[in-house]
Formats: sequence, C-alpha cells, structure tokens
Amino acid sequence: MLLGSATSVALDVSERLRGWLPFAQRRRAWLAALFLILFPLVAPFKALATMILIYGLYALGFNILFGYLGLLSFGHSALFGTGAYFCGIAIAHFGLPWWAALSLGVLGGVLAAAAIGVLAIRTLGIYFAMVTLALSQCLYYLFYQATDWTGGENGLTGVNVKTINLFGFGLDFVNPLVHYYVIAAFVIVALFALSRILASPFGAVIEGVRESEARARASGIDVVRVRFVTFVVSGAFCGLAGALLALHLSIVPIETMHYDTSGLAVMMCLLGGMGTFFGPFVGAAIFLLLENLVSLYTVHWQLIVGAAFIACVLFFPRGVWGTILQRSRT
Amino acid sequence: MSGEIILRTHNVSKRFGRLNALNGVSAEFRRNVITSIIGPNGAGKSTYFNLLCGALRPSSGTIEFEGRDVTGLPQHRFAHMGIVKSFQITTLFPQLSAHENVRLAAQVRVTIFDMWRPRASLKMLSEQADFILERVGLGHRRDRPAALLAHGEQRALEIAVALASEPKLLLLDEPTAGMSPQETREMMDLIVRLAAERTIILVEHKMKLVLGISDRLIVLHHGELLAEGAPDEIKRNELVKRVYLGQRDH
Repeated sequence: MLLGSATSVALDVSERLRGWLPFAQRRRAWLAALFLILFPLVAPFKALATMILIYGLYALGFNILFGYLGLLSFGHSALFGTGAYFCGIAIAHFGLPWWAALSLGVLGGVLAAAAIGVLAIRTLGIYFAMVTLALSQCLYYLFYQATDWTGGENGLTGVNVKTINLFGFGLDFVNPLVHYYVIAAFVIVALFALSRILASPFGAVIEGVRESEARARASGIDVVRVRFVTFVVSGAFCGLAGALLALHLSIVPIETMHYDTSGLAVMMCLLGGMGTFFGPFVGAAIFLLLENLVSLYTVHWQLIVGAAFIACVLFFPRGVWGTILQRSRT
Repeated sequence: MSGEIILRTHNVSKRFGRLNALNGVSAEFRRNVITSIIGPNGAGKSTYFNLLCGALRPSSGTIEFEGRDVTGLPQHRFAHMGIVKSFQITTLFPQLSAHENVRLAAQVRVTIFDMWRPRASLKMLSEQADFILERVGLGHRRDRPAALLAHGEQRALEIAVALASEPKLLLLDEPTAGMSPQETREMMDLIVRLAAERTIILVEHKMKLVLGISDRLIVLHHGELLAEGAPDEIKRNELVKRVYLGQRDH
C-alpha cells in the first residue's frame, strides 16, 4: 500500500518535472546550490543535514566512477578515509590552518586513488571490485596500525576547529548553522566543478568509454589512461568529502576507512540513481534520514533500512531520482 | 601520390593457441586506392584485418605504415597515426546521439583530457560532425540515439564515426553485412565516393560485391596469401576459381 502510493507520488512529481527538465539540466549546479542553501530549514536537525552534505559529496565522487564511467569500485572508503586522516592529522598533529588541512585532505584522496588505481585499473568487472576492496583493506590496516598518527582503534581525536578565518572574518564554526553553511559552501564549489567536468571534452570521453570500450579504442582513446584519470578525479571529490567529515566530527573514526563505508557509497548511488547528477545526494539523504528516524524507535534499524533498500531496488530500478528522470522524459 | 605504398605487412603470422589463423602473409597496400581482402569463411580475413588496424598483435612478422615499423603499438596509437577501422558487428556509442558519436570521435584528435573548457565551445567539431553526418546521409537523424537507428543507418553512422578521425587509411570490415540490396548499393556508392580522398581497405566475404569497385584484390585461403592483383587477373586466376568453386553465393 505504502509503496504503491510512493510510486504514484513519484509519478506525480515527474509529471510536473517534464516542463522544466531541460532547464534543470542546464542549471543543475545552480539548482543544487539553491537546494543546499534552503535545506537546513526543512531538515530535522542541522548535524544530520551536514552529514547528508558530506555523504552526498562522497557518493557523488563515487558516482563519477560508478555511474559515469561504469566501473564498480569496492575500495572508495580508502579514498574517503585517507582524505579524512590527512585533514585530521594536519590539524591535530601539525596545527595547520583549516584551509591547508582541507587541501591536504583532497591531496590524500588523490594519492590514495593514484596508488590503488595504478594497480587496479587494468582489471575489469568483478576483478576490479575485488582488487579495489583488497587494496583499500591494506590501507585500512596501515592506518589502523599507525596508532601514533591515527589513534588506531580509538580514532583520531583533537581535530578541533573553532573558528573559520576568512579574509579577516572569524566565522563561529561551533554554531550549527554556520557550521552547515561553511561545509555547504565547499560542497557547492565541488558541485560546480563536477558539473563543469561532466560538460567538458573529458566528460564526453568518459561517457564514450562507458558506452563502448572497443569503439573508444578504435577512435584513438587510451582507455586505460582515461580510467586512471577518472579514478583520480573521483579520489579528489571523495578526499574533500573525507576532509569535511573530519572537520565536522572533530574526530576521524577508524570506521571511515572500513569497507562498510565503501558499501555505503554503492548503496547511496543505487538508492538515488547512478549516473545522474542529483542521484547520489538523493540517495545519501534517503539513507541517512531513514537511519536517523528508524533508530529513534528500534535498535534494529538496519533491518528496516535494508528492507527499504530492497523495495527501492525493486520499485525504482534506476534509483529514486533516476526513475523520476526517466518517467519525465518519456 | 597514388600508387605509392602506404601499408606493408612482412611475413605476418597470428596464432591463437595451437590454431594458425594466419601464416606468413606479405602484402602491400597502395595509397588512395581501394584494396579488398577476400576469401572464403575461415580464410583469416578478419584476423588479418585486425592486425592491420592494431586490434591484434602479430605473433611474428612486421607491419610498416608510411615506412615506419608500427608492429605491436597499442591500438589507440594506430588511430592517431591515421589508421581507423569500422567494425563488422556495429560498434557505436549506443546511448549517445548520432551527432555526439561523430563529434566525440572528432574531438579525440583535438583533446581527450581537457576537463575545464565546455564541450560546446569547440564549435568547429560540432560543425564538422554535422558535415560528416550529411555526407553519409544521416543529417536528418542528428539527435537520435545510435541504438534507435535502423540497421543500415547504424552501418552508415559507423562509417561517419570512422571518418571523423580523419583517417589516411580507412579499414572497413564487411560494411554491408546484413544489409538489404538497396542499402548495399548505397553503401558501395558511398565507399567509392570516399575512396577519392583516402586509402580504403575492405574486407568482404562476397567476391562479386567488390570486384567492380576494387583497384586491387588480396585473396586469402587457409590463412595464407593465395593471390594478389587487379580484379581482372583475380577473375582469371585458376587457384581462386578453384577455392570459390561450388560456393554458389559468390
């Protein structure tokens, strides 16, 4: 019953979407920015809204590889986690300013992606998924063992940023709303960058490689190199997401690196709609909202979230956002 | 420049495990003419074709393009040198529009890793794609996804995509496979028109189809070179007659 009405709601939304869809496609980054600015007004609480931002960005980075290039990685937690640890270590151990720490976080994601990518990129399909999983577990144990630097099992504490200094203005990072908007600003910049990359010549090449590797190769595209570069770009976005997580939580839990987190990215993309611009955010929002709401009533929240996931896959095979898009096109 | 040798294979062989698909084939291809590779089923035509375009590496022997040894280079390098193939089984970017299929192939010559400029700013490429689409008779299908085109249209788009790479040497693998007689005639006309400006190598199963349009023919049989020459010579060749004898379809 409930699912039936959910589908009809989606249909209803898609009816209304039809008219302005081409406009939304052109102005996708602006629309996303607008939504993120208004989001805290409707979100149940600010911390959750911030988590949706961060995990949305993480899923977005994952979606570049999964949705746009068509490669399923099970090792993205390593990119996310390395970003978080690099940022966290920069602040907790070296006392670097927030902007330097964030940049190092992005660098961490890029380096982890390059290291994993260089070894994994020649494999495809299930082998690629397994090799990335294995390599990300290697990084997990590396960070787990380096207790002096990472705090090991207890996580890295002391990632404290109280004020964000911006051109002489001190923003109160402890205030939840300011906190949200600072992180939203970075996510919005990332959204514009991604939108730009997708619309660039390289974006066209990514689509081509996904559509037909044989054709791409015959046309003169070095397919292996395109895969590697895409993996690294994906790493930059995931690294930024990880760095923002470290700033947001003031701690880097070791679970950030765990393969559960890799699975999370897959789940969020599938929930929202792989290969769509907004899909990963929709997926992250659905997952985290469900987790938060259901865990208020029962400790067995995973049971309910899992069931909801299965229902989504069955009734929205292209993800919630992907299905809405598809319905409104036809 | 016509008549000058553009591509040469020297004693190339290809083994798949214990199967000798191709055995010491030496042949020359001249610039700005149509050379057809023919032979009965299992003659090694496709294997030879895939060696010429770099999709496969020879087990032994060398391939020379414009006087340069190109044996064993990766396939994308072949494309950049100007050797471009079309596929026997239509291989396009199925979900992209006809226009984007051609535009992307043209873009590869200009940039692959540019992540910042908007695609739309490369106007020249888009115009070139439109020009090529008109040329192969697909102007009216510009915005339709490749997967939704009719079979004959897809074959034409395949040629358009290959042309977008501005090949010096265009390799076509059974371009009329599965086409109606009408579509076949149109395709053959198109190939003849294209041959005015570039070298074409054609792989074809049906000898009759290519005798009329080819300047030279290479006949393969059991992975070996059986005969090579102008269509008239090949028609008179006793060996070729014997190989094709009893195969009514040709």
